[in-house]
Amino acid sequence: FSSVVLKDLKYADSHEWVKIDGNKATFGITDHAQDHLGDVVYVELPDVGHSVSQGKSFGAVESVKATSDINSPVSGKVVEVNEELTESPGLVNSSPYEQGWIIKVELSDAGEAEKLMDSDKYSKFCEEEDAKH
Amino acid sequence: ISVDALKPSDTFPRRHNSATPDEQAQMANYCGFDNLNTLIDSTVPKSIRLDSMKFSGIFDEGLTESQMIEHMSDLASKNKVFKSFIGMGYYNTHVPPVILRNIMENPAWYTQYTPYQAEISQGRLESLLNYQTVITDLTGLPMSNASLLDEGTAAAEAMAMCNNILKGKKKTFVIASNCHPQTIDVCKTRADGFDLKVVTVDIKDVDYSSGDVCGVLVQYPGTEGEVLDYGEFVKNAHANGVKVVMATDLLALTMLKPPGEFGADIVVGSGQRFGVPMGYGGPHAAFLATSQEYKRMMPGRIIGVSVDSSGKQALRMAMQTREQHIRRDKATSNICTAQALLANMTAMYAVYHGPEGLKSIAQRVHGLAGVFALGLKKLGTAQVQDLPFFDTVKVTCSDATAIFDVAAKKEINLRLVDSNTITVAFDETTTLDDVDKLFEVFASGKPVQFTAESLAPEFNNAIPSSLTRESPYLTHPIFNMYHTEHELLRYIHKLQNKDLSLCHSMIPLGSCTMKLNATTEMMPVTWPSFTNMHPFAPVEQAQGYQEMFTNLGELLCTITGFDSFSLQPNAGAAGEYAGLMVIRAYHMSRGDHHRNVCIIPVSAHGTNPASAAMCGMKIVAVGTDAKGNINIEELRNAAEANKDNLAALMVTYPSTHGVYEEGIDEICNIIHENGGQVYMDGANMNAQVGLTSPGFIGADVCHLNLHKTFCIPHGGGGPGMGPIGVKQHLAPFLPSHPVIPTGGIPEPEQTSPLGTISAAPWGSALILPISYTYIAMMGSGGLTDASKIAILNANYMAKRLESHYPVLFRGVNGTVAHEFIIDLRGFKNTAGIEPEDVAKRLMDYGFHGPTMSWPVPGTLMIEPTESESKAELDRFCDALISIREEISQIEKGNADPNNNVLKGAPHPPSLLMADTWKKPYSREYAAFPAPWLRSSKFWPTTGRVDNVYGDRNLVCTLQPANEEQAAAAVSA
Repeated sequence: FSSVVLKDLKYADSHEWVKIDGNKATFGITDHAQDHLGDVVYVELPDVGHSVSQGKSFGAVESVKATSDINSPVSGKVVEVNEELTESPGLVNSSPYEQGWIIKVELSDAGEAEKLMDSDKYSKFCEEEDAKH
Repeated sequence: ISVDALKPSDTFPRRHNSATPDEQAQMANYCGFDNLNTLIDSTVPKSIRLDSMKFSGIFDEGLTESQMIEHMSDLASKNKVFKSFIGMGYYNTHVPPVILRNIMENPAWYTQYTPYQAEISQGRLESLLNYQTVITDLTGLPMSNASLLDEGTAAAEAMAMCNNILKGKKKTFVIASNCHPQTIDVCKTRADGFDLKVVTVDIKDVDYSSGDVCGVLVQYPGTEGEVLDYGEFVKNAHANGVKVVMATDLLALTMLKPPGEFGADIVVGSGQRFGVPMGYGGPHAAFLATSQEYKRMMPGRIIGVSVDSSGKQALRMAMQTREQHIRRDKATSNICTAQALLANMTAMYAVYHGPEGLKSIAQRVHGLAGVFALGLKKLGTAQVQDLPFFDTVKVTCSDATAIFDVAAKKEINLRLVDSNTITVAFDETTTLDDVDKLFEVFASGKPVQFTAESLAPEFNNAIPSSLTRESPYLTHPIFNMYHTEHELLRYIHKLQNKDLSLCHSMIPLGSCTMKLNATTEMMPVTWPSFTNMHPFAPVEQAQGYQEMFTNLGELLCTITGFDSFSLQPNAGAAGEYAGLMVIRAYHMSRGDHHRNVCIIPVSAHGTNPASAAMCGMKIVAVGTDAKGNINIEELRNAAEANKDNLAALMVTYPSTHGVYEEGIDEICNIIHENGGQVYMDGANMNAQVGLTSPGFIGADVCHLNLHKTFCIPHGGGGPGMGPIGVKQHLAPFLPSHPVIPTGGIPEPEQTSPLGTISAAPWGSALILPISYTYIAMMGSGGLTDASKIAILNANYMAKRLESHYPVLFRGVNGTVAHEFIIDLRGFKNTAGIEPEDVAKRLMDYGFHGPTMSWPVPGTLMIEPTESESKAELDRFCDALISIREEISQIEKGNADPNNNVLKGAPHPPSLLMADTWKKPYSREYAAFPAPWLRSSKFWPTTGRVDNVYGDRNLVCTLQPANEEQAAAAVSA
């Protein structure tokens, strides 16, 4: 088994993905992250208008086994929150890259994306990380 | 005949330490050692080894069981139990004998563990769900936890919640002066660590204009008895963005408008007066109720409704990821084990009396208070407060002290509020005769021309209709079916039969020290001279308790190598917090306000980071080396890098990896050289007693889990006690109390208390006899042998299992301490098997699983304790070895990785005896995988409980009755 990694996204080493479209970005956690976490029962969401910083926590995702911070892959201001996750946190498991998106932000520094991994690097990163366990 | 043959026949150590000398030698040989002592010599580092431990006086040799009972009877006779009218949150109650004997005195209830393994815990989960339903119904708020430690710390938890709800942006918490003084002080102490400012004001002077207030706490009824209408108060608070916390009284709420109907955000209180003895302060089940909106900020354990593998309703502990061992420094509270056994008692009291019975008790209590108030007005010797009251009458007079003294001569305790004020609180045990005696007291020598009985028809109700409860409560059939003793007895036993306890088998939970809670140890805790003492009774009336405290304090000092003990912290987590607060106060006293860094190894106990965060400390984590030991170089670097700000190191010894780390004395030196103090977590003290000690190792403060090493039973999730021992330089800072000052035992020369940790001066004093009797009966030799045998038992099991499961960590000579970790991570790859699968399958073998996935994910931590027999150790090993074979069948392709006997476990009768059976393994194999199950089989009552369903669909109160229950209620 290997987790799904999409080509047109960027990835953080704390297992969040980001899709950038102009000066807007969409965030979520990766398929690899949700697989390790197990069934998600709760997603702690930030408020619209909240500022997020690259590498800093802006929320948390909770399964019956663990709670993980969600770190922001890039900096910006929250413009939209996936309220669907309040009622259906399992979307993070069933559709981590689509219906399970977590927040949308207005970017403050487009250059930050260059610090992230592309899909190939991220796949290798996951393989190496799993090999250590 | 030899002199030995004439010695007493009821010595205790051989009843507790199960392995016989022959078995000890046999097991040591099996581990590759000549005898027990050479194994111990190879395990405990020489640098920290004590030659021997000696007690002073009669305790060194150890009392026999009959001598112990005689000793406790003598102490009991020194307690003078007066009729209590003190109130202030503690009231005498009639504990129904059916509950006293069948729950409080029943090892099948008190030796259960916290219900993490839900399938073998459905009984107490139901009782705790009943408790949550009692709290939510009476408070009028939809969610309750399944207990906290006491009302004072529950209020402090609520204060922390208000801070968190407002994301730490408002740093003032207002407390109305009508709250109990102990509650106010506990909150003030707790606020320091959160950088919160507590302002105490009269309720009419509450002011939010600073815009900095996160919450306000009021008491309902007030500490002096007044029942106020908080409707406008709550509206005003909410208009200013302030959360409202109400501390309240359960019995009052059967008659008074519930706080939820005022709009209170959080309600706290204690279940004590619902069938739990005052016990000189506890233990009692406190509670915190709130709205679903704040469920994830709520401290304490919560029972939720879920489904099992066949879709049947099943209960479990919900939202476990809020717990500290997962959240660590992000935890919003360090509360862990609470008061499950007492919550069960309170729930059963409510079940037994039912809504009408509770209201009758409340009306009676209110009526007696009302008759008293009426009589006092007739006497004319004192002024009675005009405000509405429930059970407490406030009296002002010219000389309150004189009246207080007259009452004392009649063996009556009143509350002396100030030189002109007395309050008189009535409870379930008050009688008409008592009221007549009170009239004599307040008559100041004048003849009383009436009796309470003659006045009764004149009193009706002192509660205005606007404050009268109208809403129904406890309507569920469970509270309306079990009102005869036979019915309640059967209900208690029906639930009991669903739960595994130490009555059934060993419970080898790593780090939990589930050992014998001997019958002699449990006897004094239900004696009236211990149970019926109010925590604020004058100390001279409690000389039996005081003598026990002194003896126990000195014994614990000897055991730990410390100079003074505080008995106030009433849980392990409270002890951790208190220990760090002592260190903090010490640094502050030296002007070192900047010392706020706490170094915590990743192998520390799960609650340690939460406790440090509660003290306002900044946590610096240090890692472990490949062998699981603290990385000393990394620690040295961290200490030196923070030498100007270092406050403390938190260390567990032996480590939670089950290893005596060789460099522990060096670690302590490093910390001291860099200006810090060493806090040692006493959870693993069972491997130290008599062999070494925290003080000898170099620690400055240590809490003791009396509910682990020192035999207080786990109660299904509490009670516990976490007293702290300190070196001399920290002794002045030990906690005190606003009503009855306390400090260290033995008393230090100077005192500068850090504040108040628990609501009662000596925490849960009623359960201290358990630890006291254990230590006194074991004597110094017996206790030392206990540690040795605990270590022997762990090494024997590790040896038996090592060829089947990898043993993850060992000491330098290849031995383990008193517990060890087996590594199941490889099986996830080879067979898809996780620790949870093994734990559930162990249920089919009649066992509770070991500690799961902690401190290392994917492992099991096994701690046998010294009170388990070799036969039981072998039985448990046989079960794990058999399960290993079951895993092999999957690895070899002989069993389906998704549909096998482990994934299908546990197997309840309802599954096994269903008309259809579609599993690829036989029913017999599922249910009877080992020969001992033929003679005694413990049956789980549910299939595997669905944790995901339960957390996604949070339901925390009793659901509408099923048809059977409804029909039974109709016929009752």
